[in-house]
Amino acid sequence: MIELRHVTKTFPTRDGNRKSEFRAVDDVSLTVERGSVFGIVGHSGAGKSTLLRVINYLEEPTSGSVLVDGQDLGALGERRRRAVRRSIGMVFQQFHLFRSRTVLGNVAYPLGLAGHSRREARERAGEALRFVGLEGHARRYPEQLSGGQRQRVGIARALATSPKVLLCDEATSALDPQTTGEVLDLLERVNAELGVTIVLITHEMDVVRRICDRVAVMADGRVVESGGVYDVFARPKHIVTSSFVRSALHDVPEGAALERLRARHGGRLVTVPVTRDGADGPDLSRLLRRYGLDFAIAHAGVGEVQHLPLGSVTLELRGPDDAIDAFLTELAGAGEVAVA
Amino acid sequence: MSVDWNEFWVKVVDATGETVYMVLITLALSAVLGMAVGLALYATRKGGVLPNRVVYAVLNALINVIRPVPFIIAIVALSPVTRGVVGTMIGTEAAIFPMVVVATFGVARIVETNLLAVDTGVVEAARSMGASPLRIVLTVLVPEALGPLVLGFTFMLVALIDFSAVAGTVGGGGVGNLAMTYGYLRFDTSVMVVTVAVLIVLVQIAQLLGNLLARKILRR
Ligand SMILES: Nc1ncnc2c1ncn2[C@@H]1O[C@H](COP(=O)(O)OP(=O)(O)OP(=O)(O)O)[C@@H](O)[C@H]1O
Ligand SMILES: [Mg+2]
Repeated sequence: MIELRHVTKTFPTRDGNRKSEFRAVDDVSLTVERGSVFGIVGHSGAGKSTLLRVINYLEEPTSGSVLVDGQDLGALGERRRRAVRRSIGMVFQQFHLFRSRTVLGNVAYPLGLAGHSRREARERAGEALRFVGLEGHARRYPEQLSGGQRQRVGIARALATSPKVLLCDEATSALDPQTTGEVLDLLERVNAELGVTIVLITHEMDVVRRICDRVAVMADGRVVESGGVYDVFARPKHIVTSSFVRSALHDVPEGAALERLRARHGGRLVTVPVTRDGADGPDLSRLLRRYGLDFAIAHAGVGEVQHLPLGSVTLELRGPDDAIDAFLTELAGAGEVAVA
Repeated sequence: MSVDWNEFWVKVVDATGETVYMVLITLALSAVLGMAVGLALYATRKGGVLPNRVVYAVLNALINVIRPVPFIIAIVALSPVTRGVVGTMIGTEAAIFPMVVVATFGVARIVETNLLAVDTGVVEAARSMGASPLRIVLTVLVPEALGPLVLGFTFMLVALIDFSAVAGTVGGGGVGNLAMTYGYLRFDTSVMVVTVAVLIVLVQIAQLLGNLLARKILRR
């Protein structure tokens, strides 16, 4: 659906009175499959928004090409590009609703641009509002709505023209956790029921784990890692990725928390991963029994990623030292084990 | 020698009518022209929706030259042009011309400033929906800035009442002319007081209407 080939975007900068350039996006290539939900994560300034804006050519890439639905946007004139933009919805962190228009007026606006009559536009806008559950608020103004409702209006507006692609720039970052959940549910419905391909940017790995199929991790303008969400969570390769994954799973005790665990537990601490294919419950208990070991759970963080279990458990092992060593050796043969 | 108020009231009413006419005509013309220049300024600036360095520089320089000139000087300086355009240098129509010129550039700045104050996010949103630059200016920026624009126009309207009085003293019609010929030249304090009162009332009405309209648009 979307293909980026060696996309680079530089901005001119002035550093003192010496002109130079800043690479906000640096040689990014990626493919977003039709009907998928693609996440882009990265720290602030990594180039996520710039990359997203390149996809609908709000930002012209310095080099490289952008293909949406087989069309090379770089080869089109500005007028044709505007037509393509109408088939790509966009949702923003700060909503960017028109204050001068009612909720219905906001949602009807892109339909007017697409050449629908006033009546038709209002009708279809009403339908989009029903889809996001705000049909009762059509005549209100944006400032009379809560943040979550405003974002649902933003989504309805982006969907009004039945686009094939939805680009979301930190769509939930201004919302509280519960409202975030509601908006993510809505995006999931947009993807599942309407078949819209979604590209979403976030700095919260939790968002990725809830609704994305694939994810790309950005740092300093580059995509440092990408792949299926479960694989990236289970086996992060890049250091930026692992820090993001840990922030979502909270499964490995670190720093001060680890010190406190050590102080509380006299025995040896061992962290065992829980994955769909690695060491699992019965295996672990069988091994522990075989070596005559006792254990206490010191720390655990196991949750679902793409409806599959993922996380790890930190155990305090109690028993003879040589039995523990033998146990660890055998466990290491089956999967990864970290001795905390 | 003081005026006979039984007859003089008619002159006051006529002069007030002339002032209102001058001001409203000027406002209408300068609103249209100033809006056009203001939109052009906004659109052509660096990073605008239709950047054009030359057009921007010319308009910007023009405004910066005309705006600081005191209105009384502008009337005199423009008088040859006024004669060319209007055909005469005295009377209500002759006063309107320099007022329109000066007000147009004032309005242009007001329009530019208020459009710039619109959140760039909504412009980005409209672009992402495939709106053309002209469409963005007309259907996003102007409506979004309408409340402050109305307040800006009100400010201009009040300034125009002031301008009209100044123009009146140098040959234009209206309340200013009355104050000059009867109040100043004949030292009639009562005429002075009445003309000042008329100007104050006009300004109050203009400001009140502007505030009401802006409040309705801004919903607060
Ligand atoms: N128009 C611009 N001119 C110059 N520099 C820019 C411009 N737009 C973005 N940048 C720079 O490019 C870099 C990437 O910006 P971008 O907004 O894409 O980051 P981001 O990953 O979206 O960050 P955040 O999470 O804070 O939104 C930043 O260092 C920013 O300063
Ligand atoms: Mg960003």
